[in-house]
Amino acid sequence: MAKKLGGNGAARLGFLHQLEGHTDRVWGVAWNPASRSGGAPSMLASCSGDKTVRIWEQQSTVSSSSPSWTCQAVLDESHSRTVRACDWSPNGKLLATGSFDATTSIWEHVGGEFDCIATLEVKIHGHENEVKSVAWNTSGTLLATCSRDKTVWIWELQPGNDFECVSVLNGHTQDVKMVLWHPSRDVLVSASYDNTIKVWAEDRDGDDWRCVQTLAEPGWGHTSTVWQLSFNMSGDQMVSCSDDLQLMVWDSTVDPSEWTGNGGGPWKHLCTISGHHERTIFSVHWSRTNGLIATGSADDCIRIFAEDPTNVASSVSFCKVLEKQKAHEGDVNSVRWHPKDPRLLASAGDDGVIKIWEFEQDL
Amino acid sequence: MASQLINANPVVHERKARSVRQPTSAHDDLAVEPIDSLEVFDHVRDIKDPEHPYTLEQLNVVSEDSIAVDDKRSHVLITFTPTVEHCSMATLIGLCIRVKLMQSLPPRFKIDIKVSPGSHASEVAVNKQLNDKERVAAALENPNLSQMVDECLASSEE
Repeated sequence: MAKKLGGNGAARLGFLHQLEGHTDRVWGVAWNPASRSGGAPSMLASCSGDKTVRIWEQQSTVSSSSPSWTCQAVLDESHSRTVRACDWSPNGKLLATGSFDATTSIWEHVGGEFDCIATLEVKIHGHENEVKSVAWNTSGTLLATCSRDKTVWIWELQPGNDFECVSVLNGHTQDVKMVLWHPSRDVLVSASYDNTIKVWAEDRDGDDWRCVQTLAEPGWGHTSTVWQLSFNMSGDQMVSCSDDLQLMVWDSTVDPSEWTGNGGGPWKHLCTISGHHERTIFSVHWSRTNGLIATGSADDCIRIFAEDPTNVASSVSFCKVLEKQKAHEGDVNSVRWHPKDPRLLASAGDDGVIKIWEFEQDL
Repeated sequence: MASQLINANPVVHERKARSVRQPTSAHDDLAVEPIDSLEVFDHVRDIKDPEHPYTLEQLNVVSEDSIAVDDKRSHVLITFTPTVEHCSMATLIGLCIRVKLMQSLPPRFKIDIKVSPGSHASEVAVNKQLNDKERVAAALENPNLSQMVDECLASSEE
């Protein structure tokens, strides 16, 4: 059961470590899901405008309360342009990286070395298609990628670490900024420069994938580019962040594959969180361990939100628990909660550094 | 490059003489002058137009009045007026302005670049592209585009 933090006491985001090495902005960070499992140390991947991916590992010593971090590997031979996104497979053995060079690379963690084991080409008719996001599903059998070419591709992992394209999803009218899988279903969501969020599910007969719902105006929707999405632990709620300076929380309880209704769609708008961010919200992440939502913004701040404990209405509402100004010397591009430790948060910024933070709150 | 110029006969203005700065009253060698719109204008006024052998100032694409600076909040809003309403060079000009300011201003500055209201047929679309950091980053990795930007900035004096 996820322990819900977010009581009424004073909250702090304490700075723990700074990971330096990238020579350009860091676009994304991803915790290895196996971090702190069975004695394994915490491991983080980061991707950058310097065209490399770095793997960082925290030394696991019992003598220090907060052991130091070292850079274990620099993956610099695969991409010829910015590496925009990275995502670990659920068992932590594979890392997918997406780049502006239009390719997706899959790396395998073998012992202490990282080897590039496959390269995906995502090109249509020879156009330039920067890959913006990569995402593994929960079982690790499917990988989704998306691009400025407005499409989303779904790939199936074959024996021998081969990938086969199973579907190309058309529908967005502009670049797709992020793809993300539901935590317990093979349902995919995508966020776009066209200001919409699309929900994709496989047909009943398993023939192909289709767009089951578009979360957009009119009705409820963002009024500018949607940058990221994140599900809560159970997957019954999803949060989105946008250039329109708002977060929106959605009810994602209903399984879209079961949806047969005509009007609207399976998922509903729950609430909008506005008035806190001064510039584009680039990143949002809903912790799987503590129930808190973290955001990273172009106003250099990290903010943390919790479900409002004083809310007596039947609807859901959120309150801001903490605002960390000048979290980075520049835009904050990515925020990610640790998969196991409810206190730890990683962030990445235009300043080229990754920071590890510790969240604390008085009761 | 198209063989037909988008705007074959632009109106050309005189280059405004640089105004003399008044010294500050409390003269302190270590004090950092707040950045104002004149300083920002000085950075962009000599950017060359992609099509014509004139600067953005001479073509009235940018002016000191089209720049708003809030030094305390580290914010710059620069509005530019393309020479014609359907100017397909608008995104390139906007990109040049952004690159020049990124090179010239302290990294703390947040820069918003827009076409002046009513001056372009695809105003909303152009503004959105110019202010999407990811689109800008990807565009600058395109060698052809990046070369065009370098050419426009080459004659800029500062």
